[in-house]
Amino acid sequence: MKLFDYHKATGLSDAQTKTAAGATLIAGGTNLLDLMKLEIQTPEVLVDINPLGEDEIAEQDGGLRVGALVRNAALAAHPLVRQRYPVLSRALLSGASGQIRNKATTAGNLLQRTRCAYFYDTASACNKRAPGSGCDALEGRNRMNAILGVSEHCIAAHPSDMAVAMVALDAEVAVEGPEGARRIALEDLYRLPQDRPDQETTLHPGEVITAVILPPPPKGRQTYLKVRDRASYAFALASVAGIVSVDNGRITAAALAFGGIGAKPWRNRAAEAALLGQAVGPQAAEAAADVLLADAVCHGDNAFKSALTRRLIHRALRELTGETA
Amino acid sequence: MQISLNINGEDHKVDVDLRRSLLDVLRHDLALTGTKKGCDHGQCGACTILLDGRRINSCLSLAVMHDGATITTIEGIGTAEDLHPLQRAFVAQDGYQCGYCTPGQIMSALAMLTEAEEGWPSYISESLEAEPDLTDDEIAERMSGNLCRCSAYPRIRQSIAEARAQMRAAK
Repeated sequence: MKLFDYHKATGLSDAQTKTAAGATLIAGGTNLLDLMKLEIQTPEVLVDINPLGEDEIAEQDGGLRVGALVRNAALAAHPLVRQRYPVLSRALLSGASGQIRNKATTAGNLLQRTRCAYFYDTASACNKRAPGSGCDALEGRNRMNAILGVSEHCIAAHPSDMAVAMVALDAEVAVEGPEGARRIALEDLYRLPQDRPDQETTLHPGEVITAVILPPPPKGRQTYLKVRDRASYAFALASVAGIVSVDNGRITAAALAFGGIGAKPWRNRAAEAALLGQAVGPQAAEAAADVLLADAVCHGDNAFKSALTRRLIHRALRELTGETA
Repeated sequence: MQISLNINGEDHKVDVDLRRSLLDVLRHDLALTGTKKGCDHGQCGACTILLDGRRINSCLSLAVMHDGATITTIEGIGTAEDLHPLQRAFVAQDGYQCGYCTPGQIMSALAMLTEAEEGWPSYISESLEAEPDLTDDEIAERMSGNLCRCSAYPRIRQSIAEARAQMRAAK
C-alpha cells in the first residue's frame, strides 16, 4: 500500500474542504482499503469521517432519515426498516458478509466503486482505472459485467444491493458542500460510464453525503430477489427490488429496480408502465421484460443475463402478486 | 502514530505505521497470532475479531482508525484449561480439519449467536420480524463470511448448533 497522510475530520466543513482539495474520504473502508492494498486507488490524503457521527436512523416526514455513517448491519436490523421497508432490509442482508455489513456504511455503500475483474487486474487495460487505456472486458471474460447503461469504454456493473432497493423506494441523498446543502434523487447520484467511466457520481467537488432520505413507505408488497453463483456472499448476476400493488387482479402500481445488470442501479419507468393495468400473470412479466431488455447490449459471456433477468421478473411478479404458477 | 487498544481486557499502546491493519498489529506488534491472515482482502473471514462486540474483518481495518477501541480475539474467550463452549464444541464435533480458519469461524460464530439473540434476521429468514430460528440453513447463511478450504462446513455448523444449545442451557 502506498503511504498517505491521515486526518480525522474535525467536522463536516473540514471534510468538505479537504475533499475539495483532493483528499479521499474513508468511512468503513471495506472497499477502499481493498483497492488501496492492490494500489488500484492510491490516495495521497485520507480523511476519516467517522468522527462526524451521522449514525442515527430517525423518522422524518413520514419516512426515515438514515445517517451517512449508519452501518449496513444496523440499517438492515432496524425495526422500522424491517417493518416498513422490507425490500431494503432484505437487499442489505443479501449483500457482502456479516463481518463486512458491520463496518460498511450507508454512504460508503453508495460510493463503492463500480468495478469489474479487469479494474482489479492492473495488467489489463481499464478506462476506469487508467482513462484512455482501453477496456479488456469488452472481449474478455465478462459474464459478471453489465448489459444496461454500458458504453464502448466500460461495461462494469454497479455492485450494490442496498442502492437497488433504495432506488426502487425513490430514496434521495442529502449532500452538503461549499455551495450549501442539496438533495439528489439517488438515481441521479450516478453517472453512466459514457467516455469517462472513471467519473462515477454527480457529486460536486467538496460535497459530502450526510444522509439518505427514504420517503414514506410505498403501498403494495415488496421483495428483493438476488441470483448469484453461490448461495451467499457473492455479487449479483442479476437482482431485482420490486414493489407492486394489485387491485381486483390488475397491477395498479409497480416499481422495479435491478442490480448486477446495470452500469448503475437500474430502473426503467417505461418497463414499469408496461405493467400498469395488466392482469396478474406471465404476460405482464413478459411485457415489462420486453421493454427493459430492448436496451440490452451484451458482450458474449454476459448474454445469459438477458434471459436470467426475464425469468427474475417472472419470479418477482409471481411473489408480489400472489399468483400461483 | 501511537494508538491505544483494549484487547481482551488489557490496555496496549502501539506505535503504528499509518498503513498497518488491525490484523497486522495483533499478529506482528502484539504477538497475538491466534487471529489468522488468509486472503487479507475480507473474502475469507480468517481474521475475524470482535470490535466493540461486533464481528469484523481485522484485515480491512486501519489500526489508526481504531484508536481507543475495545477488541476481543480468540485468545480472549477461553484458555486451554477452560475452553469457551464454542471451542469445546468444535473439538467434540470435529469442527475443523487443518484448523487454520477455526479462530475466525469461532469468533464469527460468537458474534453471530449474539446477533441472533438480538433478533437480527438473515437474507433467508422467512420473516424479518419473527425471532430467528437458527436452522442449519440459517447458520450456513449467517456464517457465509467465513470460508473453510478443507470444507468442514457440516461439522462447523453442527459445532455451532451444539455450542448454542449449551450456552442457552447455561443461562
